[in-house]
Amino acid sequence: MNLLLNTINGISLGSIYAIIALGYTMVYGIAKMLNFAHGDVIMVGAYICFCTMSYLSLPPAIGVVLAMLVCTVLGIIIERLAYKPLRAAPSLAVLITAIGVSYFLQNAALLIWKSDPKVFTSVLDGVPGLELFGGQLRVTAVTIVTILSNIVIMLALTTFTGKTRTGKAMRAVSEDKGASQLMGIDVNRTISLTFAIGSGLAAIAGVLLCSAYPTLMPTTGSMPGIKAFTAAVLGGIGSIPGAMLGGILLGVIEIFARAYISTQLSDAIVFTVLIVVLLIRPTGLLGKKITEKV
Amino acid sequence: MSMLKVEDLHVYYGSIHAIKGVSFEVNEGEVVTLIGANGAGKSTTLNTVAGLLKPRSGSVSFEGSSILGVPAHKIISHGLALCPEGRRVFLQMTVQENLEMGGFTRPSSEIEGSIQDVYQRFPRLKERYKQMAGTLSGGEQQMLAMGRALMSRPKLLMLDEPSMGLAPILVEQIFSIVRELRQSGTTILLVEQNAQMALSVADRAYVLETGRVSMSGEAKQLLTDERVQKAYLGG
Repeated sequence: MNLLLNTINGISLGSIYAIIALGYTMVYGIAKMLNFAHGDVIMVGAYICFCTMSYLSLPPAIGVVLAMLVCTVLGIIIERLAYKPLRAAPSLAVLITAIGVSYFLQNAALLIWKSDPKVFTSVLDGVPGLELFGGQLRVTAVTIVTILSNIVIMLALTTFTGKTRTGKAMRAVSEDKGASQLMGIDVNRTISLTFAIGSGLAAIAGVLLCSAYPTLMPTTGSMPGIKAFTAAVLGGIGSIPGAMLGGILLGVIEIFARAYISTQLSDAIVFTVLIVVLLIRPTGLLGKKITEKV
Repeated sequence: MSMLKVEDLHVYYGSIHAIKGVSFEVNEGEVVTLIGANGAGKSTTLNTVAGLLKPRSGSVSFEGSSILGVPAHKIISHGLALCPEGRRVFLQMTVQENLEMGGFTRPSSEIEGSIQDVYQRFPRLKERYKQMAGTLSGGEQQMLAMGRALMSRPKLLMLDEPSMGLAPILVEQIFSIVRELRQSGTTILLVEQNAQMALSVADRAYVLETGRVSMSGEAKQLLTDERVQKAYLGG
């Protein structure tokens, strides 16, 4: 019974990683950059939801929508101000800028919300969980909603990139910007849109994360951000199903390591798995083989 | 009046002066070719017309109005399509999706009809419509690239080295398609290293040498010109 519960919890934590990883992987696919500020967008989303619920006493649904709205706009602004001027710059400059944006967001949050941890009330507070096998297995509502959200987001994104005109244009841009421009696709708009989607998803991830682990601080986003980045690399960065698979695997490994090996060592184990996978498959589990064209 | 008029174009790559005052024009219904050796500036010229490169000076006008400074993704709406060097089809998208991207700027109600037109011209693409473009042969990819460029119903189609890297029989096939397109009234600006083939389908030609037009005239005349024969036709 414990095994089953741990698996479910692992999938749930992994679903949060997966939703965050989608932002990393989509931005990487389109803009070929690692947006290390992505984790901090999660934190901003959680704070917005927290403030809406605690200070304005509005229902959680409004908090979630507001968080998504703010993060979407924030993502677009970050791209426009920090990354767009560096479109032609070496990737190292962009990487350092992303780290800078990350620190900026954390410190801005420190100024606005102070350093004391806030206790985040779950957006599903009071919603009963599921009791199975006559009460032997209890699954919280947050766990269930997290897993379901992940599935819905995955299906929606797959449909979007596979079936819609804009989604296909996004794939075209990720493959060849010059050729996309020749087709009449506005590359800058496509990049903006990718940041918007990634950041909107980050808000959802932030709310789900803090609903499950209710301590909210300006640094709340950084560790999950790094884990999700690991998940994206594990699954194969640039690949949407890869982000999903990597996220869930990582979540399950982490929970299992915590339950059966050691709580302190769980992060070390997670990163060891990453190193081993990358040694065997440098492009990640579902990563595309990159063939250099001459 | 000429459809495309390029005057005194100067393009730099950093400090390298790649195009040094190129002027040429394309009239409606014509096939015009730019020939020349590797590095003469043929592709640079086409990419500048398509808006992918910004010239230092000079003018580019299409149907009487300047298209200089128009962003690359808006050029296609003016009726110019570039089928780029090296084909550059979207390898991880299907044949059909590639064609859809070619019609990106057109209303979705017209796209299906245009796709069928392309399939009629290139039956091979129809057979493979669900396949990833990356699994096609070089010749098929070239057909796809041309079909994709035609999806926008361009007034002027620019083809950059369509015969590059293809077997002779496929080169023959690609050029017969160019002839067909010309007969159906498409104006074409063709860039080629295969001067023999290019001159045989074109009405007029410009010879580019290290960023300058060194010769120009009727394609037929250039085909028999001693200097051209010596330099480009292996005569």
